[in-house]
Amino acid sequence: MASDPVGQKIFIGMGTCGLATGAAAVHESVQEALKKVGRDIPIIKTGCIGMCSKEVLVDIVQPNLPRVTYGQVQPEMIEKIIEEHLVGGNPIADLAIGQIVDEGMDPFKEIPTYMDLPVFRKQKRIVLRRCGFIDPDSIDDYLATGGYQGLEKAVKSMPPADIRETVKESGLRGRGGGGFPTGLKWEFCANADGDPKYLICNADEGDPGAFMDRSILEGDPHAVIEGMAIASYAIGAEYGYIYCRAEYPLAIQRLKIAISQAEEKGYLGQNILGSDTSFTLRIKEGAGAFVCGEETALMASVEGKRGMPRPRPPFPAHRGLWDHPTNINNVETYACVPPIVFDGAESYAAIGTEGTKGTKVFALAGKINNTGLIEVAAGTTLGEIIHEIGGGIEGGREFKAAQLGGPSGGCLPANLVETPIDYDSLIEAGAMMGSGGVVVMDDSDCMVDVARFFLTFTENESCGKCVPCRVGTKAMNAVLTRITEGGGVEEDLENLAQLGEQIKKTSLCGLGQTAPNPVLSTMRYFRDEYEAHIHDGKCPAKICTALITFGINEACTGCTVCAKKCPVGAITGERKELHVIDQSLCTKCNVCFEVCKFDAVVKE
Amino acid sequence: MSQQSADLGVPDPSDLAPVDDILKAFPEKKGMLIPILQGVQDVYGFVPEGVANKVADEMGVYRSQVYGILTFYTQFHLSPRGRQTIRACAGTACHVKGGKQVILRMEGELGVGHGGTTEDGLFSFEHVACIGACGLAPVIMVDDDAFGHLDPNKAESVIKKLRREALKEIGGADTGEQSSGDENTEE
Repeated sequence: MASDPVGQKIFIGMGTCGLATGAAAVHESVQEALKKVGRDIPIIKTGCIGMCSKEVLVDIVQPNLPRVTYGQVQPEMIEKIIEEHLVGGNPIADLAIGQIVDEGMDPFKEIPTYMDLPVFRKQKRIVLRRCGFIDPDSIDDYLATGGYQGLEKAVKSMPPADIRETVKESGLRGRGGGGFPTGLKWEFCANADGDPKYLICNADEGDPGAFMDRSILEGDPHAVIEGMAIASYAIGAEYGYIYCRAEYPLAIQRLKIAISQAEEKGYLGQNILGSDTSFTLRIKEGAGAFVCGEETALMASVEGKRGMPRPRPPFPAHRGLWDHPTNINNVETYACVPPIVFDGAESYAAIGTEGTKGTKVFALAGKINNTGLIEVAAGTTLGEIIHEIGGGIEGGREFKAAQLGGPSGGCLPANLVETPIDYDSLIEAGAMMGSGGVVVMDDSDCMVDVARFFLTFTENESCGKCVPCRVGTKAMNAVLTRITEGGGVEEDLENLAQLGEQIKKTSLCGLGQTAPNPVLSTMRYFRDEYEAHIHDGKCPAKICTALITFGINEACTGCTVCAKKCPVGAITGERKELHVIDQSLCTKCNVCFEVCKFDAVVKE
Repeated sequence: MSQQSADLGVPDPSDLAPVDDILKAFPEKKGMLIPILQGVQDVYGFVPEGVANKVADEMGVYRSQVYGILTFYTQFHLSPRGRQTIRACAGTACHVKGGKQVILRMEGELGVGHGGTTEDGLFSFEHVACIGACGLAPVIMVDDDAFGHLDPNKAESVIKKLRREALKEIGGADTGEQSSGDENTEE
């Protein structure tokens, strides 16, 4: 039975992940296939639904029927999907990865519902509830899903002090990493003297391994704008900036569209929704400096200066941008605000743990099967995130550690999988919530190398203003490098610990105060690995090249590829005979290991 | 935002006329030094010295202040760039998924390291700390396009392909550059 084209829609995931996996080509095929079957139905480019490993994602929506998602779609699959599903009315169970069954609908056979999928079952989506489901370029889509109702309720029925109280009662804490109570921050700024006041959204998401804010901005930009508009009213801040890193061109483009739509409809600008409150919102593009994620550095950058932090106090709530009272929150924090205001503080505070209310968005990456973006109730354990939602470790290997909170955070080893993920438990375990990046590592990762990786990053990104951070990170990195190169000595571990504590205590801003964390936490949980490098001259994970040698075993078929590819001519051997590596010439560049198709190149 | 688009319409660094248009686009100058310099870079592809000086003079700030900004933020470039910019992600997820080997191979293939521009002027190469596409690690960006799930062999093929396409576009292909035994590039 042919389906009725009225009300049909096709959604294509066109966030950065989707585009990088070929969504543009899929989009083209959809257009062609529709032309071929003579149907003119809307194609909606959505943001990220969070399943990066399943991109490109294509959804078929038909009125009164479950919405069906196809994953890992290639352009050549489109014709079949359009003909059989869209026109023929028969979803292709082999290609579909899930369906969303609303009340009163009969599910399609042999396709799991989203709630059957382990990746979704344990999630609690508040911030991400629209990502992947609406067209981020359409304010009508946003309005149709309850958008701007929080703002409307706020300006029409709540005095500013009530809103601040509601946010306080909700227990919301800053989602950028600091975890400071949001309502309290608003209160400080609202009570500060000075006019005008400013509102800033920190969208300078620079932590390597984190992409929550990018996905929210790309998938649901109006939610951030609405949260900011509510905050501006609650605080009395008339001007606002979204400071977004330049590495996120798509997010910036979608924000620009969303801001102009919101202005047109009266949700931004003068006399919002007929009230006497006004809010002018502008975008500032970052120019590539990690330290600008620190609030005082960010403000210096907005002012057009080098983005260097300054001591606090005075806090931005008293003296911020252009020396005026300023409130800064990050993207996810603002996106939490509309549901809190609309549904009330209790419904938000009912989720989560004692000290951490609500949900948290995490970016799962590294050696995990379901890479992508997830949102869970605070207090969900690390094990649930990795083994259930994340689908376990790639290639069936063994879970070793998860790095939480990026270069400011620390790692949690496999024996702490029961740790509930909330602000306080993580600090206790030596990690931190940070912005929400979770990089998963397996038994083939070297923790000393990972620690060195983070120190290299913070050393490069240190702005140089204060000595502990500028010189300290360099000194720590030098010790770590020496250890990975086989030159470690007994005192190194104690020196690293001492130096780390000093840097934490004496650095000017958050960058330096947290920079030693990856080293301190890996030393705490993987001391044996450091010792193996120092005492035995061995890298157990076989990552640190100075401590390993390359060899060729009997699996060698004599195909000669490694010999041809070796840049220094260290490999010799006749065709069809076992090849040998001359250790005196080998530079351990790893090329032979990569090109061998028979796993005959081994590291020892 | 965008990279210097192709070779069309890029003014000579000694031509300062476009600077006036950029400055005019920012009637309110407070806090606008960085956006103005970003605008300059969009037009010239980099920030030429004479242009930076003119911006400083017109804005009424010290030249050293402008220089301070240009050298603080990694986005700004003080010398001409390649036709295309290849950004290799050196973020955590890419690192644990073998990004370092991808970077080493690309540097070998391009013959330049971080911050370098190839002799033929086709590519500028840089490491960036996280593109924010960790689900696709290891990943690189070529101008605004991302390439994910790379390994050293795939990365090498990507560069070879880009070079072939670029040479074809420019016309008058450099001979000898075409291809040298890529027996590993099937995909």
